[in-house]
Amino acid sequence: MYASLRGNAQTLFERSEIFFDAFFGGTDNPLRHLGALGLYFLWLLVASGLYLYAVLDTSIDGVYRSIGHLSQQQWYLGGILRSLHRYASDAFVLVMMLHLLREWACGRYYGFRLYSWITGVPLIWFAYISGIGGYWIVWDRVAQYSAIATTELLDWLPFFNEPTARNFLAPDSINDRFFTILVFIHIGIPLMLILGLWAHVNRISRVDYLPSRNLMLGTLASLLALAAIQPALSQAPANLSLVPAALPLDWFILFIHPLTDVTSPAAVWALIFGATLLLFVLPWLPRPKAQPVALVDAANCNGCGRCHADCPYEAVTMAGHPDKPGHRIAVVDPGLCAACGICAGSCPSSTPFRSQERLVTGIDMPQQPVDAVRRQLEARLAGLGGTTKLVVFGCERGVDVRSLDAADTAAISLLCTGMLPPSFIEYALRSGADGVVVTGCRDGGCDFRLGMQWTQERLDHRREPHLRELVPQDRLRLVPASRSESRQLLVAVTEFRTELETRMAASRRPPTYSRRKNHHA
Amino acid sequence: MPKPAAIVGQIVLYGAFAAFIGYFATSPVYRQIGDDVALIKLSMSHLGGRECRKRSADELAKLPPNMRAPLECPRERSDIRLQLELDGKPMFEAVMHPTGLSKDGVSTVYKRFEVKAGSYRIAVKMNDNLVNPGFNYIKEAQVTLKPAQVLVIDFNPDKGGLFFQ
Repeated sequence: MYASLRGNAQTLFERSEIFFDAFFGGTDNPLRHLGALGLYFLWLLVASGLYLYAVLDTSIDGVYRSIGHLSQQQWYLGGILRSLHRYASDAFVLVMMLHLLREWACGRYYGFRLYSWITGVPLIWFAYISGIGGYWIVWDRVAQYSAIATTELLDWLPFFNEPTARNFLAPDSINDRFFTILVFIHIGIPLMLILGLWAHVNRISRVDYLPSRNLMLGTLASLLALAAIQPALSQAPANLSLVPAALPLDWFILFIHPLTDVTSPAAVWALIFGATLLLFVLPWLPRPKAQPVALVDAANCNGCGRCHADCPYEAVTMAGHPDKPGHRIAVVDPGLCAACGICAGSCPSSTPFRSQERLVTGIDMPQQPVDAVRRQLEARLAGLGGTTKLVVFGCERGVDVRSLDAADTAAISLLCTGMLPPSFIEYALRSGADGVVVTGCRDGGCDFRLGMQWTQERLDHRREPHLRELVPQDRLRLVPASRSESRQLLVAVTEFRTELETRMAASRRPPTYSRRKNHHA
Repeated sequence: MPKPAAIVGQIVLYGAFAAFIGYFATSPVYRQIGDDVALIKLSMSHLGGRECRKRSADELAKLPPNMRAPLECPRERSDIRLQLELDGKPMFEAVMHPTGLSKDGVSTVYKRFEVKAGSYRIAVKMNDNLVNPGFNYIKEAQVTLKPAQVLVIDFNPDKGGLFFQ
């Protein structure tokens, strides 16, 4: 039931991402960069908030007047910034919740991702506390309703000696200092949020602190257009002797109040604490078995540091070599290792052209050693027939390439496409294959973040280990495809085969290679 | 360079994003109470009474000079009994207990009642020292409540005890 629910959610996200890819491409697709987009909205909030803070008068009458002045007399700057501040906060909450749902749907909440998941949970609290408090500062009817509803909700908890809602009992109940404290809270909580975000991304390398420029410009333009068309305005000033009548409520942030009205404080607190507890314990609920982590072979590690540079989770560090003075060796932190195999793909010792009968590389995956990949490739190449022999390298997290396995097609599934050393493509072509297809997740959709990006850069000679120049590019096809796109992959492979058959005679072939085998390990 | 169809698609999707944000940032309009409803808030925070005993001259003489307080008072405060009636019908009745581990803090209450707008005879009765029978504070008045009006019933000894606001 649970697995089915999560699987359906994952499929829904994947289909939506593919739909958005058609218009945005992977780099500019908002659904593939929700975390970075959230950070961007936070910076918009900080920037617009600094201006609002500078002009805010924190007396009881002053807060309403000074904020209202911005919208009326300075609509072209202060009014726009105020609207941007409000709408960016809604957008932040929206992408934050989508980010949470997407990571859950993709199963990214346990194992090596435990730390990021757990540190993300308090950020939701910070975001809502800050958002709700922000509405109070305006001190209009919505602020009045939210302040009273929040304190009534808080009073259900057995923490306070006196009901905090008494602070909003009558017009003379509050004083100027209330807003001074409120502003400090509205600044202090976001600072804690930023600190929490630093911890949230602390264990991953090459963090996308900002989305692509196009995505930033597109979302900023949307929010500015919204600010111009529908400026955020104050309601009538708060009047504690009247119940606010019709409230144009911000449902992204203030939905909790109507929810309390239609249920009860007990039900809402049960929901809040229950959801928080569930998010905290989710990583310990039944989950797939942890995969073996990368292992370093001291004799074959030359200390080049490529695995350290390519690891998406900072699981590989470099240390002094125990046997070779002056040399370095890769060290794997098992707690951080994602078992993606990207490090094995980056290792210069992972070349299949080495003559050893058993290919031992510098850093390898116990569940799918590079030697096993070479054996599988050699065995499949030896058995291939037909006019056009193809090798398809795929990713276990993407389309299942094993369904393409046929008499003229050798399909090899890897832990991640980033695990593929480019020399394997050359090796396949020089050992009898007519063409090689490499498939992996779409841009921005890699389950291990950087696998497909590194593969692309290695094949384009922009990253080590790169594909050698002697490999003709027209015999290689890179096909990004999501998990559900097996039909699209089949079409791409068929088209590639037809292309190869059409220009077989004209196409250059790399020199044939036959591995000289010896038995030295 | 994006294709024209992709650009149009992006404009539509960015527009949908802005429309989604814009709509739920203010809509649908929420009404906490009905149009013809007023609110009565009964809230107070008050220290219950306690029975103090006057020390005799002998007792005072036995105490150190700096501790010769004429009255000896227990730390614990009395519960407070509170009753609210609307047009002679009981609307709320409770015994509020003092806060604090030693029961020496204030007794508090915060309740709100939604009533139809109109004229009511409201009576509030309070006994802040339950060793005595009956009620030592009573406030009664005919009140006309307008729609959306908030009537606060509070207690402040400096304002003569129970009061309506």
